[in-house]
Amino acid sequence: MKRRNLLKGIGLGSLGMVGLSPQVKASEILNPLEGLEEKKKDPAFEQFGRTDYETARDAKLFAEQFFTKHEMKTISVLADIIIPRDSRSGSATDAGVPEFIEFMAKDKPELQTPLRGGIAWLDSQMKKRHEQDFISSTDVQRIAMVEDIAYPERKKSGMSQGIAFFSLMRNLTASGFWSSKIGIEDIGYQGNTPNQWDGPPEDVIKQYGL
Amino acid sequence: MSDFQIKAAPTTYDVIIIGSGAGGGMAAYELTKAGAKVCMLEAGQHFDPADPKYITQLKWPYQSPRRGASTKYRPFGDFDAAYGGWDIDGEPYTTKDNTKFRWFRSRMLGGRTNHWGRISLRFGPQDFKRKSIDGLGEDWPIGYEDVAPFYDEIDRLIGVFGSNENLPNDPDSIFLPAPKPRLHEMMLLKHNKRLGITTIPSRLSILTKQINEERGSCFYCSQCGRACVAYADFSSSSCLCKPAQKTSNLDIVYYAMAREVLTDPQTGLANGVSYVDTLSMEEKTVRGKVVVLAASACESARLLLNSKSARFPEGLANSSGVVGKYLHDSTGASRGAIVPTLFDRKRYNEDGVGGMHVYSPWWLDNKKLDFPRGYHIEYWGGMGMPAYGFGWGIEGINGMFPDRNGNKHEAGGYGASLKDDYRRFYGAYIGMAGRGEAVAREDNYCEIDPEKVDKFGIPVLRFHYKWSDYERLQAKHMHDTFEQIIQEMGGIALGKKPGADADYGLAEPGEIIHEVGTIRMGNDPKKSALNKWQQAHDVKNLFVVDAAPFVSQGDKNCTWTILALSMRASRHIVEERKAGNL
Ligand SMILES: Cc1cc2nc3c(=O)[nH]c(=O)nc-3n(C[C@H](O)[C@H](O)[C@H](O)COP(=O)(O)OP(=O)(O)OC[C@H]3O[C@@H](n4cnc5c(N)ncnc54)[C@H](O)[C@@H]3O)c2cc1C
Ligand code: SF4
Repeated sequence: MKRRNLLKGIGLGSLGMVGLSPQVKASEILNPLEGLEEKKKDPAFEQFGRTDYETARDAKLFAEQFFTKHEMKTISVLADIIIPRDSRSGSATDAGVPEFIEFMAKDKPELQTPLRGGIAWLDSQMKKRHEQDFISSTDVQRIAMVEDIAYPERKKSGMSQGIAFFSLMRNLTASGFWSSKIGIEDIGYQGNTPNQWDGPPEDVIKQYGL
Repeated sequence: MSDFQIKAAPTTYDVIIIGSGAGGGMAAYELTKAGAKVCMLEAGQHFDPADPKYITQLKWPYQSPRRGASTKYRPFGDFDAAYGGWDIDGEPYTTKDNTKFRWFRSRMLGGRTNHWGRISLRFGPQDFKRKSIDGLGEDWPIGYEDVAPFYDEIDRLIGVFGSNENLPNDPDSIFLPAPKPRLHEMMLLKHNKRLGITTIPSRLSILTKQINEERGSCFYCSQCGRACVAYADFSSSSCLCKPAQKTSNLDIVYYAMAREVLTDPQTGLANGVSYVDTLSMEEKTVRGKVVVLAASACESARLLLNSKSARFPEGLANSSGVVGKYLHDSTGASRGAIVPTLFDRKRYNEDGVGGMHVYSPWWLDNKKLDFPRGYHIEYWGGMGMPAYGFGWGIEGINGMFPDRNGNKHEAGGYGASLKDDYRRFYGAYIGMAGRGEAVAREDNYCEIDPEKVDKFGIPVLRFHYKWSDYERLQAKHMHDTFEQIIQEMGGIALGKKPGADADYGLAEPGEIIHEVGTIRMGNDPKKSALNKWQQAHDVKNLFVVDAAPFVSQGDKNCTWTILALSMRASRHIVEERKAGNL
């Protein structure tokens, strides 16, 4: 699957930018870079201006389960390796990233094979190396594996499929983390609230010599 | 919902309007105020941005299980106020000869004005007379002076912010105060000045000041695409259809998909519209003395082409054969960049209005260039609300910059340092998009597909559309300009510059959603379908008030002109009715 197709679904403002013309596709900007179980029926997801056909479709997606328990565990471990807890905020799993990825796989079925297949690829690599799957391996073993697929420019032979999978996991994890309550607080986004706009603060204008 | 149910209408309306978008809403507003009894057929459902059951404004991304990602139903994201999209179930359209036309439709009260970009540009004097200037296309049968009084009126009625700049082809207007530029926009102002690229406050129909009792003023949430609970941004549903309903002269029939305009075989005059009730699939008829088409440019052409009778074998109002032809969309190309001086920015709320605060109107002279028509540039950037796609593709970016301690940083990665990269780059991205004028051509058209029908049994449109070198070279120039601006700002352009093999990044026709020209106006009935009042040459009680009558569209987004022209045509209908001519 080409990156471009996976990017297709990225909507307006997804880059965290204001003033973005709605007709500009994120994929257009990014493409050339080529190279919840218990939350399932969360009422917070209901009632935000849905049409009947959207409510029906979302209910159907919530009722389904795509990933197996094993796959969900693998996704959780990977997500926390990608975005761990640090002094400023919690980890990807704290922010509900695995549940979000489960939902996205149902919402955008084009994600299913790259994710399921990516996990299977990872497990088969680990079995070759250590005779056990990714989540059964030790932290040190897991990190050694991640080191081989987390850096696209290292181009280690035999790793290209793993690199593609890890990039997808990184991007989904970032999407899920930074758009969560925890992530939004961490990144310092201060809008989405009525206010009066009067230009950037004085000290900022000074800092940039404008 | 108090849908107006009619099978064989007991009354004959003064006017039937098809469609409730920019053109239809304005016609309903004007005609009902003048006392006409109006029936509006709307294919979609009711919508009111202030009704809690429709509100998506001020919701957080995590209130959407997909974190605001787009779906087939919401192509511009899960919170966008558009019901419809590029593909609507059961309502296909087709293409031929490898055409890649894309058609965005909304099925709701207000049409596409609930979530449009609110960029509200008047055409300038030159935009009505392009043929006289460069010999291409056709002049309009009217000029700026004919439309100016109506632009003035809609400025006052609807409200638009901007600044008077005394530019030759971007007329000054009755503007509300423009919001101050954001940080990246201040940088653009500074650097574009050095490059000689005119950059001025944008012109958007958003109320930075209250203008009447019915509508509030903007509270700067940057979410006009979600439609405003305060009605502080223009949409036809809240600003035109709603007041029109208050006159008690308007009946809106929802879920009413017009099939064809009916005519009296004796007089050849329009006398009604047949439509499908999309809920019951029943065929119904409504009668009226005047019919106004406002279903959007392509849909109105489809209606005429499908309204065939013995008297009008080529479709209604089509003795010239031009209906469907001269279809043209704006050109578009865009580029993103990252600006390292913006790394680790101070955080504050810079949402602003729902769109850019500055833009660049066309600043060059085409006589000195290898393409005939101009474009404007729209900008974006800043510390917006994260949603699905945030940080996507960081593996192509973070390897370009040393870390905070000046050490080389490998692309990709994971863990604490990766987490920190997202924070560092937040608010450092900018982007820009050109929106230009294409030359209208007879051989870019929509027609009735000889085989396919939609689920209502109505024959569908088939598109044939090719760009020419006029548009390709313009897109090339856009990309050269983007790189100049990015370089001047000290930014790093992302991705590769598209070359000739990719049409220089020119968007596919239709993608910019300014499709116009399909029922064009003119003085010569052999070369146009409508006269200068948007009245059919062949059928005097038939009018078209969406973007179909446009002869050309400048590099200005078309909606402000749809509104002004719809007001003008509606006033003409009222005068002609008074004079007993209709
Ligand atoms: C994302 C986006 C951003 C945009 N940004 C801008 C911008 O910044 N500036 C600008 O000038 N323009 C912009 N536009 C374009 C603008 O929205 C359109 O030009 C404008 O809405 C056209 O008005 P209209 O009246 O022709 O048709 P529409 O607004 O499309 O309304 C047509 C209505 O007719 C109804 N209808 C269609 N067929 C039938 C039928 N057979 N029977 C009954 N009803 C029917 C539809 O359901 C719809 O409600 C944007 C569009 C989009 C989608
Ligand atoms: S930016 Fe202003 S006008 Fe637009 S939706 Fe927000 S408050 Fe309303």
